[in-house]
Amino acid sequence: MNHSDSLLGDLESTLKTHARELVENLEQGNFGEAVQLIHELNKARDRGLYHEVGKLTRELHTAIVNFQIDPRTPVAEEVSQITDATERLNYVVTMTENAANRTMDLVEQSAPLVNELGDEASRLKAEWSRFMRREIDADGFRDLARRIDQFLGRSERHAQTLSTNLNDIMLAQDYQDLTGQVIKRVTQLVTQVEQDLLKLMLMASSVDRFAGIQHNLDELLEAKKKEKGPTQAEGPQIAADKCDDVVSSQDDVDDLLSSLGF
Amino acid sequence: MKILIVDDFSTMRRIIKNLLRDLGFTNTAEADDGTSALPMLQSGNFDFLVTDWNMPGMTGIDLLRAVRADERLKHMPVLMVTAEAKRDQIIEAAQAGVNGYVVKPFTAQVLKEKIEKIFERVNG
Repeated sequence: MNHSDSLLGDLESTLKTHARELVENLEQGNFGEAVQLIHELNKARDRGLYHEVGKLTRELHTAIVNFQIDPRTPVAEEVSQITDATERLNYVVTMTENAANRTMDLVEQSAPLVNELGDEASRLKAEWSRFMRREIDADGFRDLARRIDQFLGRSERHAQTLSTNLNDIMLAQDYQDLTGQVIKRVTQLVTQVEQDLLKLMLMASSVDRFAGIQHNLDELLEAKKKEKGPTQAEGPQIAADKCDDVVSSQDDVDDLLSSLGF
Repeated sequence: MKILIVDDFSTMRRIIKNLLRDLGFTNTAEADDGTSALPMLQSGNFDFLVTDWNMPGMTGIDLLRAVRADERLKHMPVLMVTAEAKRDQIIEAAQAGVNGYVVKPFTAQVLKEKIEKIFERVNG
């Protein structure tokens, strides 16, 4: 940056001094001298421009090397880190989906066992109360004793199954560790790519200065704003409490809707 | 009571289906976006629609608008269950005629409350 600043300074001072000389020469009718000066001015500008374009090209090359893309191979995209990152994120999607399904399988398997035990326990409790109130005869008691015996055996088996299922549900959460590592690596890559792009952008802006190109920033921002309508889905809000235009809880949603007459 | 659950993620459809079953609604069907949901609604005698917002193909808000624009479906209660949490979006859904709005992540209790409230109003 400093170097290009000094180059730009050189260009400006050359411009200033030469401009004065140019006017003087023109006023005195020295057209040959004047043309020579214009040529000098062009050369100074070109020097700066070539220098900046050269730097930009080198930086682009470094960026390409950093992304590990070999532009000469037809399968360049396949070896790029971005493609690799996409694959990694797909892996995360698969892992989390599998874990969610595995967990729900186990919950769906377990729920009926718990319900069955609960229901039978309530029925036996009612029978047992009748027995305690001496409302059951000898035959009824034999029947109750048999059912309690069966219930105890079933409780033991179901408890065993439930314990195994709970353990498996816990193990199904192991994706967190693996996906966490993958996501961290992709985050690092994105940060790296952003820094490289920023560097390239700064270099390109130096080229713009030497070439005298100016961008209308307001127009660009306006165009960007227009791209996003309210209907556009945005997905989960990561920092809901920091944005005014985002609700941070279901209570906020309910308040907003009731203010609209819901 | 026949309910259509629309979400592009099968795990979310499964969670909602399980929660609805716990609430006593066992007659459910699933679709993965508005494009596949709309013809099901038009031919399937559904009584209630639970839909996500952000889906490929046809989004939930567009599905809601299509339902309200359809002469036979326009009175169907619609509950939106979505991660979209901008005030503008909630207002937009309300204006499009949504009957309830639940933001993800949500609890079983919240889903239950909203569904009960919708049916109270529809039956009352």
